[in-house]
Amino acid sequence: MEAEEHLFRREAGRLVALLTRVFGIHNLALAEDVVQDAFCRALETWKFHGVPENPQAWLMKTAKNRALDVLRREGTARRFAPELERELDSEWTLAPALEEAFAAGLNDAQLRMMFSCIHPRLPEETQVALVLHLLCGFGIDETAAAFLKGRAAMEKRLARAKRTLAASKRLFDLAGPAEVAARLPAVLRALYLLFNEGYHGASPHAAVRAELCEEALRLLYLLLEHRVTATPAAHALAALMNLHAARLPGRQDAEGNLVLLADQDRSRWDAACIVEGRRQLELSAAGTELTPYHVESAIAAVHARSSSAEQTDWDEIVSLYDVLMRIQPSPVVAFNRAVALAQRFGSARGLEEIARIEDRKRLKRYPFYHAAVAEFELQLGRLAEARDSFAAALKLARNPAERRLLQEKMSNPALLERH
Amino acid sequence: MSEFALLYRSTQEAHREAMGSPEKAQQSMTKWRAWFKEMTEKGQLKSIGQPLERVGSVVTGKKKTVTDGPYAETKDVIGGFSIIEARDLEQAARIASGCPILEFGGCVEVRPVMQLNV
Repeated sequence: MEAEEHLFRREAGRLVALLTRVFGIHNLALAEDVVQDAFCRALETWKFHGVPENPQAWLMKTAKNRALDVLRREGTARRFAPELERELDSEWTLAPALEEAFAAGLNDAQLRMMFSCIHPRLPEETQVALVLHLLCGFGIDETAAAFLKGRAAMEKRLARAKRTLAASKRLFDLAGPAEVAARLPAVLRALYLLFNEGYHGASPHAAVRAELCEEALRLLYLLLEHRVTATPAAHALAALMNLHAARLPGRQDAEGNLVLLADQDRSRWDAACIVEGRRQLELSAAGTELTPYHVESAIAAVHARSSSAEQTDWDEIVSLYDVLMRIQPSPVVAFNRAVALAQRFGSARGLEEIARIEDRKRLKRYPFYHAAVAEFELQLGRLAEARDSFAAALKLARNPAERRLLQEKMSNPALLERH
Repeated sequence: MSEFALLYRSTQEAHREAMGSPEKAQQSMTKWRAWFKEMTEKGQLKSIGQPLERVGSVVTGKKKTVTDGPYAETKDVIGGFSIIEARDLEQAARIASGCPILEFGGCVEVRPVMQLNV
């Protein structure tokens, strides 16, 4: 049989988490070595003998055997996970303890690693990079590419971050509800950033990188499966990701061109994702806390139930953006609100609202800001301004798909006429 | 038709480089599988052969001294072998040039298998 896509990467993330729980977070590098070794063995033997029936089990068993060697060989020289110290100390209990650690809690191990990566002393982007590297098995090159950074810079940053992690006394413990509650918002935030990087990241090659979205969703579902971390906010984020992921098939056409929300063929939206998004939205309604994820997923749900841009309840969307402006004001939210108002009351209103955004400067780095302004100007017949705005947008376009979309908009006959 | 042994050689660093990251390892494996499949379909692969552990023992001399190997002085180590069939050495080398190990800094040694029939 052939290995399913990204099998190695996903299993690497799982095995590093499992082994770190046995070895202790201070031995993170050792855990990574053992996993690397297991993958070398897989590569060598599978290329000759083919992929075994159950590749996951094969990899896990190989890593476990290597771990057992390491524990026996270095048992006296090294200290391992403090919570398993006693069991790992004796040859009688060593193998069963390892067996149990591997069998008991794959999800638990991954969650503890995830919370550990969201280390308060690390900058947000580094936390996300670390999650991608350690939990999703992305190599240094792939992590660097995900964040559009150079390899050397990413290597240095990950090495420093891993030293910070390894200096912690132990893996983050999910048993303390207060500690979990304190760190969970940052964990959700990291997954939100990871998803967004895939959904509308600034990659020069691809406008949509679905694999980053998939990884964010996969990790989020680990949180949803755990009693302590399945909070209303986590469900709201799951609703948001599902409802946005539903639109991924419509965001690009067969040639890889970007399609704006208003022009998307909504029959291509993923119905199963929409159903799941709605289910998560319902689950998020428990409790009293209203997070930005709740509001953003409510907005996405309005789009998901509308058959076209014209059929959309823009009043509802505007009022949701009003709420979002209250709980998490930002120029981007204000801009999206202005676009919704333009849908409801026309382009003049859109431009008025945009002019009123405080801190508008920050939006000017964003190609779709200029593109939206251009669109409004075009509709109001201000052709010279529209041309300038489209040109500004084109200059900021980050990948071929964005450039093609803008060039197509600029080829509008109205804009080409001479005055 | 003659038989040729392909010996897959690489240094420890090249071997690690091929691994690089889990994703790269998987891509590398996929390429090897595809290459073996291609040779099989063309009837060129006599025996896929075996992968070899990179370390073992070396027995030397009349005293039959056993030391850990492979030899420290040889930089590249045989990581596996296959047997192929080809018209001549030239064609065998051409077949070997499709080996994915070449993308990762390794090399393939092509050696005619000596036959009893002259």
